[in-house]
Amino acid sequence: MPVSISPQGQPRWRLRTSRAQWLGYLAWLIGACLFLLCWKMISDNTMWVFVADAGRQGGDLISRMLPPDWHYAHRLWKPMWDTLNIATLGTLLGIAMAFPVAFLAARNTTPHPLIRSLALGLIVSSRSINSLIWAMLLVTILGPGVLAGIIAIALRSIGFIGKLLYEAIEEIHPTPVEAISATGARRLQVMSYGVLPQVLPAFAGISVYRWDINIRESTVLGLVGAGGIGLQLNAAINSLAWSQVSVIFLMIFVTVLASEWISARVRHAII
Amino acid sequence: MLTLSGVCKRYPTGDRALSDIELSLPRGQITALIGPSGAGKSTLIRCINRLVEPTSGSIRLDDTELTRLSGRELRRARRAMAMIFQEYALVDRLSVMENVLSGRLGHVGFWRSFLRRYPAKDVTEAFRLLERVGLSHALDKRADALSGGQRQRVGIARALVQSPQLLLIDEPTASLDPKTSRQIMRLIRELCAERRLAAIINIHDVALARQFADRVVGLRAGRIVFDGKPDELSAEILTTIYGEEDWDTQADHERDAPSKSKTQSHPALMSPISALAALSTGSTR
Amino acid sequence: MNREQLADQAFTREALASTGRWRRLPFIADPKVRWAMGIGAAVYLALALASIEVNWERVAEGMSRALNFLGAFTQPDFLSRRDDIIDGILESLTMTLTSTVIGVALAIPVGLGAARNIAPLPIYLVCRSIITVSRTFQEIIIAILFVVMFGFGPLAGVITLAFATIGFMAKLLAEDIEDLDWRQVEAIRATGASWWQTMNHAVQPQVMARLIGLSMYRLDINFRESAVIGIVGAGGIGATLNTSMSRYEYDTSAAILLIIIAVVLLCEYGSSHVRRWTQ
Ligand SMILES: Nc1ncnc2c1ncn2[C@@H]1O[C@H](COP(=O)(O)OP(=O)(O)OP(=O)(O)O)[C@@H](O)[C@H]1O
Ligand SMILES: [Mg+2]
Repeated sequence: MPVSISPQGQPRWRLRTSRAQWLGYLAWLIGACLFLLCWKMISDNTMWVFVADAGRQGGDLISRMLPPDWHYAHRLWKPMWDTLNIATLGTLLGIAMAFPVAFLAARNTTPHPLIRSLALGLIVSSRSINSLIWAMLLVTILGPGVLAGIIAIALRSIGFIGKLLYEAIEEIHPTPVEAISATGARRLQVMSYGVLPQVLPAFAGISVYRWDINIRESTVLGLVGAGGIGLQLNAAINSLAWSQVSVIFLMIFVTVLASEWISARVRHAII
Repeated sequence: MLTLSGVCKRYPTGDRALSDIELSLPRGQITALIGPSGAGKSTLIRCINRLVEPTSGSIRLDDTELTRLSGRELRRARRAMAMIFQEYALVDRLSVMENVLSGRLGHVGFWRSFLRRYPAKDVTEAFRLLERVGLSHALDKRADALSGGQRQRVGIARALVQSPQLLLIDEPTASLDPKTSRQIMRLIRELCAERRLAAIINIHDVALARQFADRVVGLRAGRIVFDGKPDELSAEILTTIYGEEDWDTQADHERDAPSKSKTQSHPALMSPISALAALSTGSTR
Repeated sequence: MNREQLADQAFTREALASTGRWRRLPFIADPKVRWAMGIGAAVYLALALASIEVNWERVAEGMSRALNFLGAFTQPDFLSRRDDIIDGILESLTMTLTSTVIGVALAIPVGLGAARNIAPLPIYLVCRSIITVSRTFQEIIIAILFVVMFGFGPLAGVITLAFATIGFMAKLLAEDIEDLDWRQVEAIRATGASWWQTMNHAVQPQVMARLIGLSMYRLDINFRESAVIGIVGAGGIGATLNTSMSRYEYDTSAAILLIIIAVVLLCEYGSSHVRRWTQ
């Protein structure tokens, strides 16, 4: 009750009940203690000598990076092309797999609740595991190379696209779907006429958005051997060639910005 | 042709929407189903094409028992019963032609329909119907670019391209203005007469029901309380269907304001008889 | 195409449909553009697929490992590296929490500064560049730099994740503030409130619920990221996972992955509760 009567008989206006207020304070207190505890654990595991040195190290790093080694750029075209391919082909493969999974996972299109939980489980696992972990795993299985990267990106994309798409499917208008089933259409036809047109714009938007994220992710897959510009980055860092590292950084920066721009334009055009 | 006997429907929430419905429709007859909101009109219509599963009872279309069908047989039975919806239920992002052709889905295979390769006969028929409802010029428009009356015309064309024997129509005019409502009802009536179709029309507007139906069935709280000719609808009968209301007074709201009615009533039904009187003077029929 | 041609085309389509010939309108109206795009896509796909080099012998060899890995999920091994796993997960969790708190705290001023409608131009530009840099580079790249600066260990990881959080939160926060309901702000200002009072009474209530929701979402993301930045030495479970995979100890990897999935699920479940509670 936000208004209570004070002992003097005057109404007092409060934002919340005092009980809720106390609970709120308690939550903040617990949160603060938890934060301090975590911070303590981290600082115990930190060599503060190094940290004290961080400013100098950072300055040193920048001074080594600074005239970027422009000639090195010529050797980066092929890795950049690989990176783009990893992202694009991986996204396409991911879309192909996520599409049916989303229909199995949406409450209103799933054939059976058991299948629905399986599909949801698949989506959660794919979402929980970073593409770099998928790549690590696939490199040990398939050997290093672009293929491992493509599949890693695809596996990670299933969860993302699948989740957003099945949520979109659950939000469609039910009446056109009823109307199509009332004509005597079979299940797949109901999906393709009643459901698909309603989720198509969302689906295209989600896919383009994921492609843009995948460009960014595929720039680092090379660190674990899964192809692309990350391989060059790894090599340059291991040989402490910081003036090459800065060229790679610039290249990544421009590519990611360009892909973000393209994706935003396309999504804008669709919606 | 269509016979319902002992049909009951109880929703999982416990609402008893239909109890013990007995109804039989001959070929070519237009039946208006009237009743207050929540009486179970939509439930009855949806039980027939099994968008809602009846709890018990039997529904027969000619010789087929509809309540026991499943899978392919159900789809085949649904091809013979076309439905027209209050909110049109068109697929907004598809074109008018695609919406109309979707009425043929029960007759064509998946890939044909997915690639929109419909047989020439279906396309001709769809186009002819679009011409019949006056929308042949709009065949490439998207459904969401049409007005309410136009959309309902597309809905009618979609239903008829199914070449059904029975039309199930759920409040076809509830979202339309009075003039368009009459045009739509007249169109339905003419098309039914051309093809000797039976139709059940849920409708809130008693005046329209009287004007366009061959038979009126009154539903109240899930039971049939009236079944007869439109001109048998008297003030007493309207009272048994809708509850107490001063049916005969002029539509004079200042005098009506302290309404005598104790039971529920629908604003559109304030005085259907006076509405009818007004209509008959300027009747276009 | 000009209007006359369009009308012509519509007329022929009607005439065709009346004789039973009808095709769906193509998605791209201009046939030249349509063909160009189709051929372009085909050529790209061919080139891209051709540039993938696959060592099929190596792949065949790996298939048995793939089976091992799938088998490992049916009997994950939580025990033989128990201490490593517990330490790693705890470290990941502490990193997640600290970095989210620090990141959100810093994202608020950056977000305010990056909202064009309340920040002066120089501050706007600075905040926007921070956001752009933080969003463009994958966490792992930033982690490499911070590890070089701050040495191995969880502190570098915390700073990395906090930096990434700033980019993520500040961008969304700035967008929220930019499409704020401006009338409420005016109303508060009209009472003669100071800048801080305006922020507190007009801006905060409008963005708070979403801020909390986004923070919970970011907590979830940070946990998932904390599981990989260990690969470059920035602390967390990633190092343990990397080691177990490169030694082909798939049963341990499976155990770690299952724990990660469980924590993410818990996080999602918890955050849906928190979001309901704050609304
Ligand atoms: N999906 C459902 N789940 C539970 N109860 C329902 C459902 N649909 C309808 N009902 C209940 O069944 C009863 C009849 O509903 P129905 O929609 O058939 O009425 P109606 O006569 O069509 O009303 P209206 O004129 O408002 O459309 C109502 O009491 C309603 O609450
Ligand atoms: Mg109804």
